[in-house]
Amino acid sequence: MEAIAVSRGLVGASRLQSFFADTSSSSSSSCVPALISYAGLKKNVCFSASKPACELGAVVAASRGAVVKGNRGLRVEAAATNGSPQSFDYDVVIIGAGVGGHGAALHAVERGLKTAIVEGDVVGGTCVNRGCVPSKALLAVSGRMRELHDEHHLKSLGIQVAAAEYDRQAVADHANNLATKIRGNLTNSMKALGVDILTGIGSVVAPQVVKYGRIGFADKTITACNIIIATGSVPFVPPGIEIDGKTVFTSDHALKLEWIPDWIAIVGSGYIGLEFSDVYTALGSEVTFIEALDGLMPGFDPEIGKLAQRILINPRKIDYHVGVLAKKITPAKDGKPVLIELVDTKTKEPKETLEVDAALIATGRAPFTKGLGLENVNVVTQRGFVPVDERMQVLDGEGNKVPNLYCIGDANGKMMLAHAASAQGISVIEQIAGRDNVLNHNSVPAACFTHPEISMVGLTEPQARALAEKEGFKVSVAKTSFKANTKALAENEGDGLAKMIYRPDTGEILGVHILGLHAADLIHEASNAIAMGNTIKDIKFAVHAHPTLSEVLDELFKSAHLEDHAVVSEKAAEPVAV
Amino acid sequence: MATSLHLSLAASAPASSLRSSSTFFGSSGVLARRSVLVGTSRRNVNLVVEAKIREIFMPALSSTMTEGKIVAWNKTEGEKLTKGESVVVVESDKADMDVETFYDGFLAKIVIGEGETAPVGAAIGLLAETEEEIAEAKSKGSEQKAPAAAKPSPVEEKVLHPPAPVATPPVAAVQVAPEPAAPEVYRSGRIVATPYAKKLAKQYNIDLATVAGSGPSGRIVAEDVEASAGKAPAPVAASVPSVAQPAAAAAPTPAAPVAPAAAPAPAPAGSVAFTSMQAGVARNMVDSMSVPVFRVGYTVTTDALDALYKKIKSKGVTMTALLAKACALALAKHPVVNACCKDGKSFIYNEDINIAVAVAMDGGLLTPVLKNADKVDIYSLSRSWKELVDKARAKQLSPAEYNSGTFVLSNLGMFGVDRFDAILPPGMGAIMAVGASVPTVVATGNGLFGAKNRMTVNVTADHRIIYGGDLAVFLQTFAAIIENPTELTM
Repeated sequence: MEAIAVSRGLVGASRLQSFFADTSSSSSSSCVPALISYAGLKKNVCFSASKPACELGAVVAASRGAVVKGNRGLRVEAAATNGSPQSFDYDVVIIGAGVGGHGAALHAVERGLKTAIVEGDVVGGTCVNRGCVPSKALLAVSGRMRELHDEHHLKSLGIQVAAAEYDRQAVADHANNLATKIRGNLTNSMKALGVDILTGIGSVVAPQVVKYGRIGFADKTITACNIIIATGSVPFVPPGIEIDGKTVFTSDHALKLEWIPDWIAIVGSGYIGLEFSDVYTALGSEVTFIEALDGLMPGFDPEIGKLAQRILINPRKIDYHVGVLAKKITPAKDGKPVLIELVDTKTKEPKETLEVDAALIATGRAPFTKGLGLENVNVVTQRGFVPVDERMQVLDGEGNKVPNLYCIGDANGKMMLAHAASAQGISVIEQIAGRDNVLNHNSVPAACFTHPEISMVGLTEPQARALAEKEGFKVSVAKTSFKANTKALAENEGDGLAKMIYRPDTGEILGVHILGLHAADLIHEASNAIAMGNTIKDIKFAVHAHPTLSEVLDELFKSAHLEDHAVVSEKAAEPVAV
Repeated sequence: MATSLHLSLAASAPASSLRSSSTFFGSSGVLARRSVLVGTSRRNVNLVVEAKIREIFMPALSSTMTEGKIVAWNKTEGEKLTKGESVVVVESDKADMDVETFYDGFLAKIVIGEGETAPVGAAIGLLAETEEEIAEAKSKGSEQKAPAAAKPSPVEEKVLHPPAPVATPPVAAVQVAPEPAAPEVYRSGRIVATPYAKKLAKQYNIDLATVAGSGPSGRIVAEDVEASAGKAPAPVAASVPSVAQPAAAAAPTPAAPVAPAAAPAPAPAGSVAFTSMQAGVARNMVDSMSVPVFRVGYTVTTDALDALYKKIKSKGVTMTALLAKACALALAKHPVVNACCKDGKSFIYNEDINIAVAVAMDGGLLTPVLKNADKVDIYSLSRSWKELVDKARAKQLSPAEYNSGTFVLSNLGMFGVDRFDAILPPGMGAIMAVGASVPTVVATGNGLFGAKNRMTVNVTADHRIIYGGDLAVFLQTFAAIIENPTELTM
């Protein structure tokens, strides 16, 4: 299957340039008139049939024909005449080549759809270039530094090591090389499958029409039966904070690891802040957390958060201010340190002023949806997020579905995680291919790669209890400790807890939270069980190799107390997406 | 799997007297760290209005615990508490335990701060039932504070050093910093200290106002606190200079301190407070002065024991277990040496023979107990000994594992000590001090000289119940067992 992609940014390979010249000239003459009729046609073809997708068979066949006839990049011609499906350049055009767009593109090809992806920056998006991927490289270093400096731990294992040191530039290079490598992998995987990567900033100019090109010179127009917006997010910087990229910066700069401040304030104690505190303290910095809410690590299950504070905060060179906002942050200059003015979150009364060497702003991420041309299809963003329904179909200002337009990933704000974006993309492609699919966000795991790691899926205990009260069911909690696990003890890493929140009547798993060695890898047994609709009764009989960390979850499932009538789910036999 | 200790509360009706609190062992078992439910009590039984303010008191985590040290408060003042939540971590003389609350409410006041100690039963914090009562509880707490602890709590510290600019001695102290040229205009009398410096100051009990800062703009860094505490700086993760200079090197960063080469641990200087364990030992030692003790020594030939040890060492048998076994077998024949005297009026004969063995641990002393050492075979005994030592190192001994001894064994032989004299711990009848076994020239029975391995044991006993004759025959039996040790492996 041949497919074409539109990309933003640097990937303007000469191979594609010839194509651009080709299409742009043809679109200026023949394509534009055709656009006028699209609006009507779209109704006829795509919606009067009340199918979620275009007439796929016809489109696919047409695109095959086009490929046979011409070179890559030729427009798909209409297969039939009056009343039959109209031709589109692509079955699917994805705006944004981050992890979400990439996942959608690959799945689209698998489903036989002619696919293009528009990338305005670099393939891989935030996750690969400025997020999850490079930060894992830094955390790999911090984990080893931590081990090598923990004399007590090493001694108990019988190891002696002279003082460990690191080369900052080499660490930074490792992170950068990793991002480059993964970016290459992503690009190659799409190219190999025939996804066209089109460079430029993409925007929606009319239903089923995408324009792309350099900013201000977006001169290329393509048509697509379905458009998926996957433009992701950028670091959110609250007002009053002046970013200079050197002493006051966001995760984008921090990942370059240009220097290691002696004392760094981290504004925000979520995943990003917590991971960076792990990196910086391992590399010798002291850290001050600034959290607007009343406790550190909001969003985590309270019990896990409390234990995390005992393991990840209190024993380290970290202090914190909670319930305060960083009202004003001034970068270091003229020999003065970075100044951070704190005010009480609720009363806005001034509290104290901190003087630190650097400040990392990790207050969350804001959607990157400006310039998408959403006003052309009557869509109003909410705080920048693109409103979508549970099937990721974009909703317009009146709350009606916009046909053939979807939005996945950080841009819709449903769940700002790379793998959630990818899962949403796959779900959308399933719908386009004619199979209804709704992603169960409760089955999407999340992880924080501190040492030890934290992972979670589903509801926290307070959320589960609130739901139980509303819907009138009982909730139970089971817990197991890493201290009781042979493999964890062999590694001398017995700190940790696994916790499961479940319904004792049905055996349904509502949430699982893990803090401990390799927690991020352990969570998937639970997230898969939730996705497949397996109950505890099903999975408690599953066998785990001994001795492995997975036995922590084995013990967790086995320690659940179910009521007698809890049944083995009939669903267990075949996977059901719910 | 550890047990979880729950203390019920003494929460009585306003007009009634204090109900006695009861202790029981539960087995929630899932968490290896033992958890404890805190008891709260109502002191002001006459004041109906104060009915909803409860004291959180220092729980008794073991039968020998008389005071506990607060390792960490998991909650801050004003924070909401839910029944079953862990509020505070307490270090008893033997282990660290999580203490949980039995009531919903708010942590109104922390009376005893982190790192401080309080006697069992003393109020360490106040729990208010509603948010409105927090202030009331605080004022109440301030009254209590004075006798409860010498060091001011964090709240009162805030009162002492308000954030507003004030010209107080601390400012002067800060300005003696080695970098007087640094512009001070933007700082108005505040103390700026790094997170680790603050942590160390708390640990060493140093007032940051008295510390001169040597960091950028006179900031107090960890080294400054260590210097004023007389401690050598701890090694830090230092970055080695790399080829490319950091782009932001313009920022005020002093040269990265280089970790000193591995050197012997520096000797502590100045006054260092006892840990809970050390305080427990000190108290017991003073208490031991009230018991009239005497000592009887005996030299035992150990050739046969050494041969036996050599033979069964590969099976995991330790010398400690062999000596404990020998003591236990001798005690079985002389029950009075296994007895104790608690009230000064009567013998208490112990049914079981449990040998407590003194072990030096983290600057303190623990006595894990080998239970029924007369009945348990030597191999099992050696295994239990190993487990006990591991648990003691991990501070996970349960009370029954360290306080159920009926006779104490202390062995310094491994250091080459040839004889010494042990102090009898309170509540025990006798303690045996074992010296090293050394080759000695002796006259053998047939009138010839020969070299034999001999060791000296010295028993200290409570003379109210154990007399010279008792110890003499006990030691004779003990020597006979050591010299003909077949019994030890039976």
